[in-house]
Amino acid sequence: MTSALIADGLTKRYGRRSALNDCTLDIPAGHVVGLVGPNGAGKSTLLQLACGLLDPTAGRIEVLGARPVSGSPQVGFVAQDTPVYAGLTVADHLRMGAHLNPSWDAALAERRIAQVGLDPKQKAGKLSGGQRAQLALTVAAAKRPNLLLLDEPVAALDPLARRNFLQGLMELTAEQGMSIVMSSHLVADLERVCDHLIVLVASRVRVAGDVDDLLATHHRLVGRRRDTTELGVGRALVEQSHTEVQSTLVVRSTAPIVDPSWQVDRLDLEDIVLAYMSGATGDGTGRVLEGQR
Amino acid sequence: MEWGGEVIEFHLDARSGVAPYMQLIRQVRHALRLGVLNEGDKLPTVKEVVARVAINPNTVSKAYRELEYEGLVTARPGLGTFVTRTLVGDSLSKHEPLRQGLARWLTEAREAGLDDESIEALFLSSFRTFSEARG
Repeated sequence: MTSALIADGLTKRYGRRSALNDCTLDIPAGHVVGLVGPNGAGKSTLLQLACGLLDPTAGRIEVLGARPVSGSPQVGFVAQDTPVYAGLTVADHLRMGAHLNPSWDAALAERRIAQVGLDPKQKAGKLSGGQRAQLALTVAAAKRPNLLLLDEPVAALDPLARRNFLQGLMELTAEQGMSIVMSSHLVADLERVCDHLIVLVASRVRVAGDVDDLLATHHRLVGRRRDTTELGVGRALVEQSHTEVQSTLVVRSTAPIVDPSWQVDRLDLEDIVLAYMSGATGDGTGRVLEGQR
Repeated sequence: MEWGGEVIEFHLDARSGVAPYMQLIRQVRHALRLGVLNEGDKLPTVKEVVARVAINPNTVSKAYRELEYEGLVTARPGLGTFVTRTLVGDSLSKHEPLRQGLARWLTEAREAGLDDESIEALFLSSFRTFSEARG
């Protein structure tokens, strides 16, 4: 399968502070990829490197088989808080998009504006958060990119606007078959729309994979307290916590766990993400998702 | 929105721990079992589902492929996905003897001193192990 994005030892430093450190990734094309991780894990930096807004300090990044170039018609980018030009109208945004992008799909842009109920004469500064996000998505999608990068697109939206935005995004994906990488801390939303997930903690990839596989292979084991070093072949311990009498483990295993001394439960995607985040820090402090800060 | 002759609507339970594609499959099977969907009925198109449910298109395609593999639906290119077989009455006649067997087992479990919660836990864990072992 071809890759939408490859990173190899990718590093971005600002002076002595590193925003992204030795990140290695291979994101397959044709997927909707969720990028999750706590604040400061390097999600935004990675996305900005991918669309050519930043240059790496070290390492290599390849997007759709080439070094990223800012303004590439093949890559669309919706930055955090979906910025628009407050003084320009909705129609102005579309005119500007058409002017700046040779691959501009005017029919798509106008259809979407009508579909989400935006008034072309409305100044963008007067739009609600949800409307602004829809406008930013429309402008990015009408470029007809092969890869669309979105940085926390729904973080600031109310639940209804969030759902509307994701419906629109998925409709565009179904229509145009573009690859999508979106960062978010709203794991429940990601579970609906993403078929591939990457958990980034302290700029390292803790886990990456197909969402259905992740759901099928992670288990929570609860039982009497015991030494957990021997889990058996093909099983990996993601997280563990113990009381005097009880052990609770999160285990990744491709084979079903048949052991009557454990109570085995399924985990939803949020539990899996949290297990990797806290497993990474080892002291449980990573349990705080940035949405709860 | 024009939905044609389509008769079912999908929904997702994000907290169930069941993969979204599997939830869709179960909802179709359920509709087939209840007779809500019948032979010849059309399933909503992938685009209709994603626009309604806000779900990944690949997930919908995966569910439809799986249903096709099970012989429950067939995809006709350019037209849509159609139901080829219902599940009504498939197993209803077998329910009663199975229910009696289960009642006997429950009596045994109770006689062995298990309370309701232990019985439920035992059933659920056995059932899960059984289904996982069968893939």
